[in-house]
Amino acid sequence: MASSSLSAKTAGLGAAPERLSRWRAIRKWIGNQEGWVFIFPWVVGFILLDLGPYIFALIISFLNWDVGRPPSYIGLRNYQAAMTDPLVGKSLWNTAYYTLFHVPVSTVIAFTVAGLLNQKVKGMPIWRTMYYIPSVTSGVGMALIWIWLFASRGPINGFLGWFGIDGPRWLTSTTWAMPALIIMSFWGVGASMVIFLAGLQGVPQHLYEAAEVDGGGWWAKVRHVTIPMMTPYIFLSLILGVIGSFQVVTQALLMTEGGPDNATLFVLLYIWIMGWNAFKMGYAAAISWILFAIIFVATMIQFLGARRWVYYEYQEPG
Amino acid sequence: MAATTAGAQRRRPVALRAFRWTRRFVLYLIVVGGAFLYMYPVFFMLRTSLTKESDLYVLPPIIVPWPPVWENYAVMWANGPTWSWMKNTAIVVGFSVVAETVTSVSVAYGFARTRFAGRDKLFVGVLATMMLPGAVTLIPRWMIFFHLGMIDTLWPLLIPRVFGTAFYIFIMRQFFLTLPRELDDAARIDGASHLQILRKVVIPLSVPAIATIAVFSFMNRWNDFLEPLIYLQRTENLTLALGLRFFVSRFGTEYHLLMAGAMLLIVPMIVAFFLAQKQFIRGIALTGIKG
Repeated sequence: MASSSLSAKTAGLGAAPERLSRWRAIRKWIGNQEGWVFIFPWVVGFILLDLGPYIFALIISFLNWDVGRPPSYIGLRNYQAAMTDPLVGKSLWNTAYYTLFHVPVSTVIAFTVAGLLNQKVKGMPIWRTMYYIPSVTSGVGMALIWIWLFASRGPINGFLGWFGIDGPRWLTSTTWAMPALIIMSFWGVGASMVIFLAGLQGVPQHLYEAAEVDGGGWWAKVRHVTIPMMTPYIFLSLILGVIGSFQVVTQALLMTEGGPDNATLFVLLYIWIMGWNAFKMGYAAAISWILFAIIFVATMIQFLGARRWVYYEYQEPG
Repeated sequence: MAATTAGAQRRRPVALRAFRWTRRFVLYLIVVGGAFLYMYPVFFMLRTSLTKESDLYVLPPIIVPWPPVWENYAVMWANGPTWSWMKNTAIVVGFSVVAETVTSVSVAYGFARTRFAGRDKLFVGVLATMMLPGAVTLIPRWMIFFHLGMIDTLWPLLIPRVFGTAFYIFIMRQFFLTLPRELDDAARIDGASHLQILRKVVIPLSVPAIATIAVFSFMNRWNDFLEPLIYLQRTENLTLALGLRFFVSRFGTEYHLLMAGAMLLIVPMIVAFFLAQKQFIRGIALTGIKG
């Protein structure tokens, strides 16, 4: 690569004395490599912690590797076992179920809240912060709180009791454990909300004025100005939402441990159980590649679909 | 035609004002009501953490427990090696924030402001590590640290941070691209090196964006659960987030103690967010995360 870029450069120098120009080109080329110094740490990390592990994970997935015993090559048997493992199917189904409700509803909520927070209302910094705080504190702390909120005699069932509704035993019910986790996830929309808010502030005011001149009401403005202008942000939020949602694990591990009766067994949780409880590293690696393939396909489909609905102001996508 | 328009204009103000007033009222109601709905879990946690166990299910529910039962915190604290969890968390979070921020800023500078062969191809690598699921690297990374004898130490939580984080590199690069190039060119003509340009020109202009990734890093490391879960084992070696996991099984339905533990995790986050809020929101608006 080095020599080819060198000759390409020297070729352009034409009539200048051959040796001098070559020397200059070499010096210029070395000078141009200064950027490597800056990105060097990332390159090392990329090779050691990303590229290497990806290759390593592929190798492991072809091995029968129970930690503590020497690994042996078993070809595609881990993958075959995963295909027929009912718990892999169950965990994929659960993860898809969660994603299907969590991602669209969260996006709509985040978009609506961002729209509200973009209005002129007194004390807005305080309200914005209040919407954002549950997302900041997401993870273990929030999981602990929601264990209490969803307790069978906890606040949520207490509230439902006022209306004469006998609330379910949320986290210990096979039907309601997953909806409980989905409901809880709606309190974590802060990140996409902030992204939407930044986007809304960038929608040019003259478009709204033009819509008003044409007699457009509130809904017409949202429908024909706000949403089209916001599609790149919505797209980004959907992409990252799906990737994150397929790798949910913390809440399930803390709140339900995958139960009851595997009703909240997510794929990543099953990988953790296989890898770190059963020490079947090869099998866990094979499942992680299946998860990888699903996320990859889901992301690709979204990118392909994006051409039809995402509006880019200055250029075509891709 | 002209007369009817004039008549409509005369009649409109009262109805219009009433309509506008109602609309504003509804707007306030939704915004403020929603804000309290979102904060409800946090309020409730605070309330429960200060309530006597015997008062948890009293009807009508006690809104403000009085006198507050601070003892709950003492009981919760004494339940595990909470000091060492705090210490471990401080080491991991403190080191990670500094390391991730410094490395990500310098790498982002390299991608945004220097030219070298293969730069843009490498940047695709940054995007890929951002988009591809990290789940696959979990097992091989664990194997690597296992063979280095670093399981049940903090090293696996510290070492990867030295190499920068793709998402922060991406945010910083996007931000650097919005800074006018003439500034570096001027410094260049004065004979400044890249390092000097970064330190004297670019960083002073990037404080909100740098604050943004520092806050992101602080939150993510503080809340991190999965990495400590796979690398740490002995009780006294855990981080706070992971240590509190055992409260769930130990306290069972003693929700007042569970909530005191949750407070311990959440309050530092809320304080950090308040301190950094202005820079943070500005930083996010400025970096224009659009893709």
